[in-house]
Amino acid sequence: MKGTFIINGQSKTMDFNSDERLVISLRNNGYTEVKNGCLEGECGACMILLDDMPVHSCQIFTASVQNKNITTIKGIGDLHLPHIIQESFVEAGAVQCGFCSPGFIIATYALLKKNPNPTENEIKQAIDGNLCRCTGYVKIIDAIKNASKLIQKERVHS
Amino acid sequence: MKNLNTIGKSKKKIDALSLATGSAKFVDDFEIKDPLFVSFLYSPYAHAEIVDIDDENAKKIDGVVDILHYKNVKNQKLHTTAGQGYPEPSPYDTVMFDSKMRYVGDRVATVIAETKQIADNAVKKITVKYNVLKPVFDSEEALEKGAPRLHGDERFVPIPVKYNSENNLAAEVDFAFGDVEKAEKESDFIIEKKYSTHYASHAAIEPHSTISYFDEMGRLVIIASTQVPFHVRRIVSKVLDYPLSKIRVIKPRIGGGFGGKQEVFLEPISAFITIKHKRAVKIILSREEVFQSSRTRHPMKVKLKTAVKNSGEITALSLHALLNTGAYGSHALTIVSNAGSKVLPFFNKVKNISFLGQSAYTNLPVGGAYRGYGATQGYFALNQQVDIITRKLNLDILEYIKKHHIKTGETSEVFKALGEGSEGVAQTIHSCEMDKCIDLGAKEIDWYNKRDKQISLSEDKVRGVGIGFSMQGSGIPLIDMGAASMKMNDDGSFNLFVGATDIGTGSDTILAQIAGEVLGINLDKIIVLSSDTDLTPFDVGAYASSTTYVSGTAVKNCATKIKNQLLKVASNMLDSDEKNLVIGNNKITDETTNKSVTLGEIGEYTLYTKDQFQVQANASYVPQLSPPPFIAQFAEVEVDKRTGEIEIIKFVSAVDCGVALNPKLAEGQIEGATVNGICYALTEEYKFSKSGKMTNKTFNDYKIWTANDMPEMKTIIVESDEETGPFGAKSVGEIGINGPLPAIANAIYDAVGVRLYHAPFTAEKLYKELNKK
Repeated sequence: MKGTFIINGQSKTMDFNSDERLVISLRNNGYTEVKNGCLEGECGACMILLDDMPVHSCQIFTASVQNKNITTIKGIGDLHLPHIIQESFVEAGAVQCGFCSPGFIIATYALLKKNPNPTENEIKQAIDGNLCRCTGYVKIIDAIKNASKLIQKERVHS
Repeated sequence: MKNLNTIGKSKKKIDALSLATGSAKFVDDFEIKDPLFVSFLYSPYAHAEIVDIDDENAKKIDGVVDILHYKNVKNQKLHTTAGQGYPEPSPYDTVMFDSKMRYVGDRVATVIAETKQIADNAVKKITVKYNVLKPVFDSEEALEKGAPRLHGDERFVPIPVKYNSENNLAAEVDFAFGDVEKAEKESDFIIEKKYSTHYASHAAIEPHSTISYFDEMGRLVIIASTQVPFHVRRIVSKVLDYPLSKIRVIKPRIGGGFGGKQEVFLEPISAFITIKHKRAVKIILSREEVFQSSRTRHPMKVKLKTAVKNSGEITALSLHALLNTGAYGSHALTIVSNAGSKVLPFFNKVKNISFLGQSAYTNLPVGGAYRGYGATQGYFALNQQVDIITRKLNLDILEYIKKHHIKTGETSEVFKALGEGSEGVAQTIHSCEMDKCIDLGAKEIDWYNKRDKQISLSEDKVRGVGIGFSMQGSGIPLIDMGAASMKMNDDGSFNLFVGATDIGTGSDTILAQIAGEVLGINLDKIIVLSSDTDLTPFDVGAYASSTTYVSGTAVKNCATKIKNQLLKVASNMLDSDEKNLVIGNNKITDETTNKSVTLGEIGEYTLYTKDQFQVQANASYVPQLSPPPFIAQFAEVEVDKRTGEIEIIKFVSAVDCGVALNPKLAEGQIEGATVNGICYALTEEYKFSKSGKMTNKTFNDYKIWTANDMPEMKTIIVESDEETGPFGAKSVGEIGINGPLPAIANAIYDAVGVRLYHAPFTAEKLYKELNKK
């Protein structure tokens, strides 16, 4: 099948099989920043934003999201212009192997957009769909708290 | 400590931003032109002989390129998949394709096809006729006479250690000193208990992955998700009888290892297909395959007998560790050895000790290296035994541990008696802040206000606290080897090439900090490359808590050689005496005249100006010792007496890892290991059907924690100065996983008076015990 998608703000046509999962289509089309850790909707490494919703892209049929807005981690910020959340993760030591980081940062982005000043419990719930085996989550939670502070500060200044 | 430039500072991990923005590459992210894909056919039986394989129907499918199995892959070499020093201390009991299946998930055949989908479909069309054999699942039963035998006479061990495939004995090691029997007779009482630990998955979020292809010069390139690139190169070369010089192994970013990627079981197959078909190959395991058919933490049964005086002194200790190695003996000897060698020296004043470690083949998934490596299993037993002894004698367990543990300047006979499956290396402890770890950790958990108090904040729920102490090592003395090379660039920056394998731990950053400290420069002036067998010097790889201590010393020595070259050049440029020169802040300064040259000026001078040469050096390091880090870990739990549910309220780890070269990264190691250990204690467990099939092969059914499960966590770094380590460092990678299991068990006892000898501590198990009372 062929279909058009809005990926990171740009129109993109992808070839895909009718029963193909979105994570596979994205990876096959060069969006390798979307990681594939389990293909069962548990680990969250493949998390993307579908419009503003954080979703496990392995649980979505590509065919079902044609013409929709898809945001991968690179749509949030890249090496040359990183997002505050990405910088907070780096600063806090929240990135160890980093395989899960794009998913966590996507989940954080969605959280802070909706709720710029989350409590620790709200943070924990927001990243409940993401698994990390390296950090024990301590520094990830630190990073999110810090990102929240920085984002609010930025809002005050702008 | 001296005022240092980069050491002891929480520098940002140098690859972190590329990972956080998704641009860093893992194996599956490499664009490979037109690769072949594979699908594996796995044995549905725990124990069976293949009578015949019919692959004709599968071969007919369009897009199927080849099907490999024992009938068509000839002259296979016995080997071990354990990526260890050579010759490996693990039995040679594995071939790529065997006619005998030894566990549910053992490899029957591999389909190679143009797409993954075609390969997956074709696998279903293969018909296999099995002669099903009686399996054995229990490690004790496996060693009994008449038990089903897994391996034939042709299996062997490449080093002189005990091995007997006829009796399913994958490994055996023992030692004794003193007179245990006499001490037992003279003791006031004896405590003898049996403990057991269970199967677990490393659960690195990146599955095992391998790519292989021929480059433009016809050399075989393997990009592997591995902790041991140089062992991959050697094992592939030997298994396939292919020249080592024609193999290049590249380690990109690795999505976690924890020991699971110290195994070389995909790379030989991938390389075999590339060589046979002259095509690129990509193998990415599914999560289910990782659970079932990669490697696991070995379950262990520990029998611990202690003879005790009424003063509390342990006068004799005998430990029998029985490892279930599963179908193959990867790390079977060394892990069971570590249950003794890393555990028994802790109480070094025990004068009479006997140790027996055995590993049994069974028809269950294959064990392998796993963070903690036998120490986790051994300390589970020892910590609970100490809790039992001190409760019986009404002694303060914290003071008891402080009194009896090994201390700076002391040694243990065990160090010499037992190493990696054979004799070890004698050593004296140069640094130990165990007492401080206990004091600070106890204060943080508020021990004395909680211990024995059975605090109840709501009806039916009661709280308790427990401790888990342990030590680990820093590399394998006289066996591990790390090497580094460096060269200088025009602008005063340096390339640092290390075989040391950063698998997400941050070792690239740590090693850059070490080089930066020696040369007085910041991390932005150091470009790290790890690891590529064509470009970087040798290193055994990321295991045995070795990288900071072993590879770090190699880097320090290498950078020191560079520094000496720079000083010589600077003395010419400044017309100064070398002994007046100091390096720092990107320059070399004559302290008597205050004249200086920048490293950039030296770089240009050496490459373009006069007596040109490349500033470069290399260094290797083989450790003579393995200084142990120490840790005290404290759990506060709340038990629901109605249901047996266990909640962790708070968990504290206080660790002495020498000087923490990068405190944030050191904390990260402890935090990650601790949470892994907590899930291992409470929720992680392989479940098997009666026929030996793993029944929970998904993250949905195999529960590792999320952030939402997290208790309050506190990590305290207690610095010591390890004079034999680079800038005072010891290891920190593994030790944090040892404490949770016993600390939680001891805390459960503190809360409700029930002792759980068999992990994991599920609500169901505790419920049953509570209702027995």
